[in-house]
Amino acid sequence: MAKASNTLTPSTVPSTGHTVSKINISVWARRLGFYVLLILAWQFITMLNIWPQYELPGPLDVLASLVSGILGGQYIPAILVSMQRLLIGYGISLVIGLVLGSLLGRFKLLEETVGSLILGLQALPSVCWLPLAIIWFGLDEQAITFVVVMGALFSITIGVLNGIKNTPPIYLKAARTLGSRGLALSTQVILPAAMPSVINGMKQGWTFAWRSLMAGELLYTTVSLGNLLETGRDQLDSGQVVSVMLIIIAIGITIDTLVFGNIERSLRERWGLQS
Amino acid sequence: MFRRELEVETPMQIEKGSPTPGGIPLRIEGISKTYAGRTGYVEALRPVNLTVEPGEFVCLLGPSGCGKSTLLSIVAGLEEASGGVIWANEQKVTGPGTDRVLLFQEAALFPWLDVLGNVEFGLRQKQLSASERTRIALRFIDMVHLNGFEKSFVHQLSGGMRQRVAIARALAINPAVLLMDEPFGALDALTRDRLYSELEFIWSSTRKTILFVTHNVHEAVALGDRILVFAPRPGRIVSEFRINLPRPRSLEDHHLVDQAAEILAALKEALGEDEQENSNGQSK
Repeated sequence: MAKASNTLTPSTVPSTGHTVSKINISVWARRLGFYVLLILAWQFITMLNIWPQYELPGPLDVLASLVSGILGGQYIPAILVSMQRLLIGYGISLVIGLVLGSLLGRFKLLEETVGSLILGLQALPSVCWLPLAIIWFGLDEQAITFVVVMGALFSITIGVLNGIKNTPPIYLKAARTLGSRGLALSTQVILPAAMPSVINGMKQGWTFAWRSLMAGELLYTTVSLGNLLETGRDQLDSGQVVSVMLIIIAIGITIDTLVFGNIERSLRERWGLQS
Repeated sequence: MFRRELEVETPMQIEKGSPTPGGIPLRIEGISKTYAGRTGYVEALRPVNLTVEPGEFVCLLGPSGCGKSTLLSIVAGLEEASGGVIWANEQKVTGPGTDRVLLFQEAALFPWLDVLGNVEFGLRQKQLSASERTRIALRFIDMVHLNGFEKSFVHQLSGGMRQRVAIARALAINPAVLLMDEPFGALDALTRDRLYSELEFIWSSTRKTILFVTHNVHEAVALGDRILVFAPRPGRIVSEFRINLPRPRSLEDHHLVDQAAEILAALKEALGEDEQENSNGQSK
């Protein structure tokens, strides 16, 4: 019987990662070269003086606007206001979306009725809710929060719903035969199994929320990132407009990579999914 | 290696006040299953009667579609029978219960948990402290020879290792009956051979009742005390064999090979009579 003894050791487990660092360096070098060339070309074109400076700012103008905007105390409060709106709106839609998606996944009748409504509403760009929101709430925080919530809510709900619907039945069978029932089955099996789909919905929701926030803020007179774009236009200060655009891109990329990139990476490592 | 483990207390001793040492008896009384298909009703299982002794290792052998997996699923309480009753230790089966655990061809491990988390899963459903759970889980990980892999994720394991984790996960909740639905069907022959010995060892040291579904005659002869041959359409038991070969068994043993050939002949005959509706050769 001892012939069955096992001689495997942990080192035989295939490991992930750590083989691509060499490739990464050359990719980053090419990327850096591209951006240096892009900025040089930009600078060269502005130096040709084809367009006036207020139409096409040079890289140095944009840099100057960026520095003075930050040091002048204008940009930082604007960033904080926009981020706060995003956080509140996204937080609300996350809570509602998780609950709503779970209910739709649990009750067939709800999915057939409310589910179809949600699919329909998702076709509407959420900034289209702004006129109605302003009529309801006035031109204030509630209206813009409403638009952000509408931006993220449906993506998150549908992500949760799809994740629950696509839970492999074998996981449910395995869990039930091991004695899992009711709430424990939902929280320990159905929701974790739905995670890849939920994360997808959350990521898409955040993208929509961020876009509708920026669009909505263009109409606002209180200090915010969208409003800085608008005042830049008023003052024909294209340097400010482009520098704020860069900040918006930077925030988007930061959240994408730091928040969702990390979540997705840990999920891939756990589940062994392909990227 | 095995000698060391023989000294480990058997799983049945873990739970205080266990009513029976080792496995429990199973009584399958007139279990039938009829599906509503597109062209009318499909008889998946013609009433089956079967009594399994406590600690007995019974193999259900047959081609795919003969209802043997359905029967196992009904015994597990995951599927409802159209008629008949299952008695587990003289208790009527009305749903899933941790006295009976079903194992699948796919290991069906949870990819969001590591090996330890998977083995602890069933224990989490009971009210056990975290340290107690870990203590029990580690012992069964040790029993299936996966020490050192506690923190590995499912996708990092080979098929055979996954099936071992599934076995440890099932054993951890200390079931009296293991219901195994072609658990080694997707594995290569070498891994399968090794797992036969491991399962035989686990069974002989815990004396659990095992119902093992397979379409592999050699597997059935290598493992079972008794083999029930199923025929399809409608699913029914057509013959029964008792295997009295000494254990541990070797697949090369010529007695085993002879017996496998005999059973294979019976299986082929059953398949040949497929159309003959009145050949209802129930065991007993």
